[in-house]
Amino acid sequence: MSGNGKVMTPDAIVGRLESGMTLGIGGWGSRRKPMALVRALLRSDVTDLTVVAFGGPDVGLLAAAGRIRKLVTAFVTLDSIPLEPHFRAARERAALELVELDEAVFMQGLTAAAQRLPFLPVRAGLGSDVLRVNPGLRTVTSPYEDGEELVAAPALRLDAALVHLNRADHLGNGQYLGPDPYFDDLFCEAADSAYVTCERIVGTAELTAHAAPQTLLVSRHAVTGVAETPNGAHFTSCAPDHGRDESFQKEYATAARTPETWAAFHTRFLTGRTEEDYQLAVQAWHKEQR
Amino acid sequence: MTTPTTVTRAEYCVIACAEAWRGDGEVLASPMGTIPSVAARLAKLTFAPELLLTDGEALLIGDVPAVGARSAVTEGWLPYRRHLTMVMGGRRHVMMGASQIDRFGNQNISCVGDWRRPSRQLLGARGAPANTLNNPVSYWVPRHSPRVFVERVDMICGVGYDSAAAAGPSATRFHELRRVVSDLGVFDFATPDHAMRLVSVHPGVTADDIREATGFPLAVPDEVPPTREPTADELRLIRDVVDPSGLREREVRTA
Repeated sequence: MSGNGKVMTPDAIVGRLESGMTLGIGGWGSRRKPMALVRALLRSDVTDLTVVAFGGPDVGLLAAAGRIRKLVTAFVTLDSIPLEPHFRAARERAALELVELDEAVFMQGLTAAAQRLPFLPVRAGLGSDVLRVNPGLRTVTSPYEDGEELVAAPALRLDAALVHLNRADHLGNGQYLGPDPYFDDLFCEAADSAYVTCERIVGTAELTAHAAPQTLLVSRHAVTGVAETPNGAHFTSCAPDHGRDESFQKEYATAARTPETWAAFHTRFLTGRTEEDYQLAVQAWHKEQR
Repeated sequence: MTTPTTVTRAEYCVIACAEAWRGDGEVLASPMGTIPSVAARLAKLTFAPELLLTDGEALLIGDVPAVGARSAVTEGWLPYRRHLTMVMGGRRHVMMGASQIDRFGNQNISCVGDWRRPSRQLLGARGAPANTLNNPVSYWVPRHSPRVFVERVDMICGVGYDSAAAAGPSATRFHELRRVVSDLGVFDFATPDHAMRLVSVHPGVTADDIREATGFPLAVPDEVPPTREPTADELRLIRDVVDPSGLREREVRTA
């Protein structure tokens, strides 16, 4: 690999995605979501998606735009605002198919996919309605003398994974500098192709100049493309580069309450031609709030 | 020492929640909600110093800051993947919320109404199925009403005693619901069929008040004691150290 390596633009990444794909989206709730790629998806005509995520506004925005056919998740939340308004609205009009899993079942499913296993056993789910609402979920009996019957969490294999990290090099080695890796490495390893956006692309040597090697969460063998998208997780958090933009998240959630206010929000922030247009619109909004 | 006469309902709730972690030893106390967070800190500062606490995100904290304040000491790393592994290993006692809970302790935080098209979508099942099958679980309900204490929950997220029994030995192996605390009283499942039982009433509340606010037949012993009084030291810790800004009073208001 030479020259620019795997460096791409967000729109070029989305150009590799197709309608009908199963997409894994990294982060957790309203934390370190690859929002620049979600916004690029909204600018594209890619639709009919199966989205696999610990859901936040990534799910909300895609659901509001009608791009999700099926959602695989354990929750959707904005963290500081417990309920995601677009997800809520989509569910209440039965606008998407839901595979509602427990968090541990989800983690085992992602791990199974990364390890090319058909399933991994997990105790969680037994006795709960996760089994009732997912009649396709099966149990498996331990072949050892304990004979325990456990849930067989099916592999959550992905066509593509989208994650946002703090730093990456041009080869696709990705680094997180916040307190929690979430499951971004597993998403990448569970996917046929994985795309990493980051706050800043740096030289490989620079990655560990001031950080321990275990911050290198995602390795290039599992990454297809990388893009530099400063503030690309906005409005979700991306510690330590930036916190959650709470006032803008509140604006988002408030706008989602009625079709009219949402249309105005959409026109103002989501109809630009590039990620830069979005960032400029947000900056202008913040100036007005002062 | 005289019994303080100005103890608020929220403070009785803190005491009742804190008691959930008594005797737990070196496990993670995972409180959801303001009053459980105040309570876990109080427990650690008094009768359960071995408890582990998090900063609400990925760090185990080595100090006991006020709720909402930053921790200055980190004693461990607990990102979500390790947290879920810890859940499955059982060294944790979580106090979850409940949008609905029934008499056998089945809990719902997912949605209200028919799951296929809910009238009210909530959070989703989150980790409630894993929590209830793997580590001790208690519940906190800040507004006790027949809409929360229901005959049947619409989606079983946290697994109750009847559901665990029906699912078999792998479900019951580590299943244990410790207590339910509401703004009216304290409850457990220490009955022959594990149906919910009234354990204590917060001062100012009667057993009849609670029966009326509960949507299923509650086991009520002949003698129901009041929830215990906080000690003077506990009150001081709650008011001056753990929750000096009075966040607890916003979650449970004094009538």
